[in-house]
Amino acid sequence: MKQSTNSIRTGSASIGHASALDFAQPEPLDMASGKYVKLWQGPQHPGITGNMSLELVLEGDTIIDCKTHVGYLHRGFEKLMERRTFIQNFTVVCRIAVPEPTFNEYLYSHAVEEISGIEIPERAIWLRTLNLELMRLASFLMWIGGMSGAFGQYTVPNWTLAYRDFVLDLFEEMTGARIYHMYIVPGGVRAGLPDGFRKRARDVMDGAEKLLDQVERVMFNNAVFKARSKGLGIISPDMIDPYGIVGPNARACGVSRDLRKDEPYLAYDQLDFDVITGSDSDAYERAYLRLQETRQCISLIRQCLDHTPGDGAFQADMPNVLHWKVPAGETYVKAECTRGEYGYYMVTDGSEFVRRVHVRGPSYTHAIAVMERLAVGNNIADIAGLMVSLHTYPPEIER
Amino acid sequence: MNTLLERLQRDFSVSEITVRKPTMTTLKVDRDIAERLIRELRDRETYTHLNFITCIDYIEDGIFTLVYMLHNYELNHTLGIHVDISRDQAEMTSIHTLWAQAWTYQRELREMYGIRFPGSPRLDEDFCLEGWDQIPPMRREFDTKKFSEERFGHREGRDNEVPREHMKVELYPNRGGDEK
Repeated sequence: MKQSTNSIRTGSASIGHASALDFAQPEPLDMASGKYVKLWQGPQHPGITGNMSLELVLEGDTIIDCKTHVGYLHRGFEKLMERRTFIQNFTVVCRIAVPEPTFNEYLYSHAVEEISGIEIPERAIWLRTLNLELMRLASFLMWIGGMSGAFGQYTVPNWTLAYRDFVLDLFEEMTGARIYHMYIVPGGVRAGLPDGFRKRARDVMDGAEKLLDQVERVMFNNAVFKARSKGLGIISPDMIDPYGIVGPNARACGVSRDLRKDEPYLAYDQLDFDVITGSDSDAYERAYLRLQETRQCISLIRQCLDHTPGDGAFQADMPNVLHWKVPAGETYVKAECTRGEYGYYMVTDGSEFVRRVHVRGPSYTHAIAVMERLAVGNNIADIAGLMVSLHTYPPEIER
Repeated sequence: MNTLLERLQRDFSVSEITVRKPTMTTLKVDRDIAERLIRELRDRETYTHLNFITCIDYIEDGIFTLVYMLHNYELNHTLGIHVDISRDQAEMTSIHTLWAQAWTYQRELREMYGIRFPGSPRLDEDFCLEGWDQIPPMRREFDTKKFSEERFGHREGRDNEVPREHMKVELYPNRGGDEK
C-alpha cells in the first residue's frame, strides 16, 4: 500500500527531490502523453480542520507530483487587524486557527503586553496556562479522531470527538464559550475558575486517561493501521531546519525542541514534564508521539489545577482600552501549540491601531513545502493519512 | 552576541541594531547585500531556522520593509533582518535556495504586496486570491470596506451603527434609550 521512497523517476524526467537540501521544483510533465492523470483532492477533508486542495498527478495509483492550494478560508485577518483598535482585535484573532483559538488569544495579548510593558498577575499566568493546556487536549482528541478516520477506523473518531465535548463543557464553564472563548485578553484573563470546577476538571481528566488507553489498544495495535502508517511520509532529521519543521513532526525524528522547555513562558518553568521524542518520523511515529503528548497534557492540566491560585487579581491595571494607544515597538512572541511553534510578530507605531501583525503558523510549511515533498512516491490511498499525520490547519496559512 | 553584531557591522554595514528583548535583536541591512548576510547567518552563525518572511508597508515614506526572522536554536536567539525596498520598484533578491518554505512566503508577498522576487519558483501562481484583479490587498491604500461595497453591494444589517443611537431607536424606543 505504501512506498517510502520520496524520489522516483519516470522516463527521462527526474521528479521529486534528490535530497533534503535540493529545493528545485520538478520539471513539467507531459500531461498530453496519456501516462498521467491529474486529480484534485479536497478541499473538504474530514481529517483536517479547514479547507485546502491537493493537486495530484498520478501515474497509475502512484503520486508523482503534488501541489497544495489554499485560499478557501482567506478572511484577511492581518489586514482587518490594522483597521481595528487593540481591544477590538482580541475578538478577531481567535478565529485564525479554529480548533486552537486560545493560542492566538494568548500570543496577541502577550505581544501587546510586551510592547506596552504590562505585567500580568500570578493568577492570570496560571489560568492562561490551564486554558492553553485544555485547548491542547481538545485539539489532540480531535486530531486522533481524524488520524484514525483517515485509515478507515471509524470507532475511534466517535470516541474521541464525543469525549472532546466534555473538555468543551469545561471551556464553557471557565470562559462562557465552547469554541471561540475570547478568555485571554490583554492584561490577563476575563474570569477566575467557577466553584467546583477543579473537581469536575479532574473527573474529565480521569476519563480522558482511560479513553487514551482504549485508543492505544484499538488504534495503535491494529494491524491495518500499523501496516499502512509505518514507513509512510518519513521526515528525516536533515529536513528539519531546511523545511522549517517544528513541533511533534520534528520531535518524532528525535529532535528535542519544545518552546515550553527551550524558552519557557507563562508557568511552564514550574511544571514537571519532559520533552517526548521519537526515532523515525513516519506517520505511525508521529501519531504515537501525539498520543504520548496527549497523556502528558493531562498531567500538565492536573498540575495547573493544583497550583492555580483560588483568589487574587486576574487582570492587571489597564488604561482605558477604548482610547488605548500602545507605544511604538516591535516584538515576536511564540508558544508551543499542538503543531509546534506558533508566533505573532507585531509592530506598533504609537497610535491606537496596530501597524502590522504577522501570524506564523506551523501549517505554513508543513502543509505546503513538506506536504508537497512527502506526497511524491506514495500511493493515492495513503494521501489522506499522510496529510493528517502532519497535523495542519489551513486557516492559519491564509490568515 | 556582541561579537557577532560587531562583525556584522564591519562586514555588512548593518545599522539600527536594536535589542528588543534578551532573546531578540533587530537590525537593518542594505537591500543589495541582504541575501549574502542571510546566507552567512544560516551557514556560519547557525541561524538555521527561518521563522517567517513578512512585509510592513510604510506608505508615508514610500517604502516596504521586508522582515526576515531567523532563529538560532543553540543560542535561543532570534534575529530580525529589516530590508527597505522602494514601493515603486518593489523587487528583492530571492532566497528560495536557502529554505524550502521561502518561495511560499515570496509567492504570498508577490500576491499581497506586489513585490517581485526574480527566479523564485511559481511566483506568479495564485496563492490565496484566485483571479484577483485589484491592487495587492495588503498595500495600505487598498480599502477593504470600499472594495466590499463595490464588489458585493449593500447588505441589509451590515451598516455601522452607533450603539447608543441604535439602542435608543430600535431596542428601547419607549424609554428614550436609557437603561433603567
